[in-house]
Amino acid sequence: MWVLLGIGVILIGFAFRFHPLLVVAASALVTGLAAGLDLTAILAAFGRAFNDTRYVSVVWIVLPVIGLLEHHGLQERARSLIAAMKGATTGRLLIAYLLLRQITAALGLTSVAGHAQTVRPLVAPMAEAAAEVDRPLDHATRQRIRAMSAASDNVGLFFGEDIFIAIGSILLMKGLLEQNGIRLDPFDLSVWAIPTAIAAFAIHGFRLWRFDRTLRARGVRR
Amino acid sequence: MITLTHVYWFAGLCFAIYAVLTLRDVAQKRRWSSAAFWGLLALSMLAGDYLGDVGNGLLVVALVAIAGFGGLTRGEKSADDAAAETAFRQGEAARNGNRLFLLALVIPATALIGTFLFKRIPHLVDPGQVTLIALAAGVLAALAIGYAWLRPPPLVPLQQGRRLMDAVGWAAVLPQMLASLGAVFALAGVGNAVGSLLSMVIPDGSLVGAVIAYGVGMALFTMAMGNAFAAFPVMLSAVALPILIHQHHGNPAIVAAIGMLAGFCGTLMTPMAANFNIVPAALLELDNRNGVVRAQIGTALPLLAVNIALIYWLAFP
Repeated sequence: MWVLLGIGVILIGFAFRFHPLLVVAASALVTGLAAGLDLTAILAAFGRAFNDTRYVSVVWIVLPVIGLLEHHGLQERARSLIAAMKGATTGRLLIAYLLLRQITAALGLTSVAGHAQTVRPLVAPMAEAAAEVDRPLDHATRQRIRAMSAASDNVGLFFGEDIFIAIGSILLMKGLLEQNGIRLDPFDLSVWAIPTAIAAFAIHGFRLWRFDRTLRARGVRR
Repeated sequence: MITLTHVYWFAGLCFAIYAVLTLRDVAQKRRWSSAAFWGLLALSMLAGDYLGDVGNGLLVVALVAIAGFGGLTRGEKSADDAAAETAFRQGEAARNGNRLFLLALVIPATALIGTFLFKRIPHLVDPGQVTLIALAAGVLAALAIGYAWLRPPPLVPLQQGRRLMDAVGWAAVLPQMLASLGAVFALAGVGNAVGSLLSMVIPDGSLVGAVIAYGVGMALFTMAMGNAFAAFPVMLSAVALPILIHQHHGNPAIVAAIGMLAGFCGTLMTPMAANFNIVPAALLELDNRNGVVRAQIGTALPLLAVNIALIYWLAFP
C-alpha cells in the first residue's frame, strides 16, 4: 500500500503548482523507496524507461518546418483565407475540424494531424481569424479560442481512434481479456466505440455552437 | 534498414543545433544552463543506447535539476527585431499566397502515404515503426521543398525551430518523463495496490453501483496516472472481470471498449496527460498551463456520464 504514496506526491505536487519535472522525479523516488528499491535501482529503472520512450519526444522534429512556414507568413495567410470566406465562424470551423479529426483517426491516421502538425500552424490561427473578421479580439478571448482549438483536436482523436481495429488500446484490451480466457476479435471491441464517438461529436459540437454564440454576443460590431 | 534509431539521430541533431544557437545568443540569460538542457536531450537522442541505465538516469536528474530550478530560459527578441519580423511576415504572406498551405500539408500527406507505402518495403523500413519514420520523411520532404521554393538562409528553419522549442520549454520532456514514471509505477506494483483498495469500496450486489464505480474509477485512475492504458488493467481485474462480467454476465466487449473510453474522459481532465494537455498549452502560448484542460472539462464530464449509461444499457440487456 505504501507505493501509493507516489500518486499522493503527484496530486499534491500538481495541486500546489510545484515544477512538474520536480514533482515527477520526486514521485518516482518516493514510489521506488516505498517498494524497497535502493537509489541506484530507481535511477537505473527511470533511466532505462526514459531511453526506451524517446519516441514520445520525436514529434518535436516538425518545429523547424512550422517555424519556417510561420516566418514566411503562414499564420497571416491563414487569417486572410478565413477572412475571405463568407459564413466561416470559429465554432463552425472547429466543428468541421473535429469531424475531420474523428474520421481520420477512425481510419487509423492518428499522426496526420496534431497540436504541432496542424493546431499551432493552421487550426488555431484560422479559428482566431474567424472571430476577428468583424470585431477585434481581446487577449482573454484569443486564449480561450486557442484552448478550444486544442480541445477539439484531443476530443476528435480520443473518440475516433478506438474505432480503428489496430490501435494500441484495442490491442491492449484484446490481450488482457485473452489472458483471462475471453477471446474477442479486435472488430468486436472497435464497433462499440461508435456510440461514444457519436456522443462525443454531439456534446463537443454543441459546446462549439454555443461558443460561437458567446463570441457573437461579445461587444458591438466594429 | 531505416529504423527508429535514424529518426532519433535526426531529432538529436536538431536539439544539438538548438544548444549551439542558445550558446551563441549572448543576450539570453542563463544561456549556459539552457544550452546544457538542449545538449543533454541531444545526447540522449544520439547516444542514449550507449549511456547505460544509470547513465540515462543521471542524465534525467541533470535535466530535472536544470529545468526545475529555473535554469532553462528562452531567447528573447528585441522590439526592433520583432517589428521587422512582423513586417517581413506580412510581405511574405502576400507574396507566397495560398501555396504556403500546400507546403504545410506536405508533412501530413507524406506521413499518410508513407504509412501505407513503407509497409510494402519491410526490408528497407522497419515495419514496426512506419508512422514515426514517415513523419520524419515528411519533415525532410517539407524542408527540402521549403529550401528550394522560399530560399531562406540555411539556418533560418533551425532558428525558427529554436524559437518554437523555447516557447515549449521544459514541457517538451514532460510526456517522456511521465511515461518513464509509469514504468517505475509498474515496477513498484502501484496498479495492484489501487486494485485491492478499489475492491474494498465497491458496494456489494448493486449493478448500477458497480457500473458507476467502474466508469468513474477508470476516469479518476486515468487522471492520477495520466494514461488510460495504465488504468485499464487495474480496473479490469478489480471491477470489470469479477463483478460486471462474471457476476452480472455483462458483454465483455462492451464493458471493455466503453470502459476504456470512460478512461479517455479522464485523460481530457488531467495535466498528467502532458502531451495532450500541457504541451499544446505551451505550444499555443497560453498564460494558464491548464487552459486546455479547463476547455475540455465541459465535454469530458457529460461524456463520462454517457459512457456509464451506455455500459449499463448496452452490456446488460
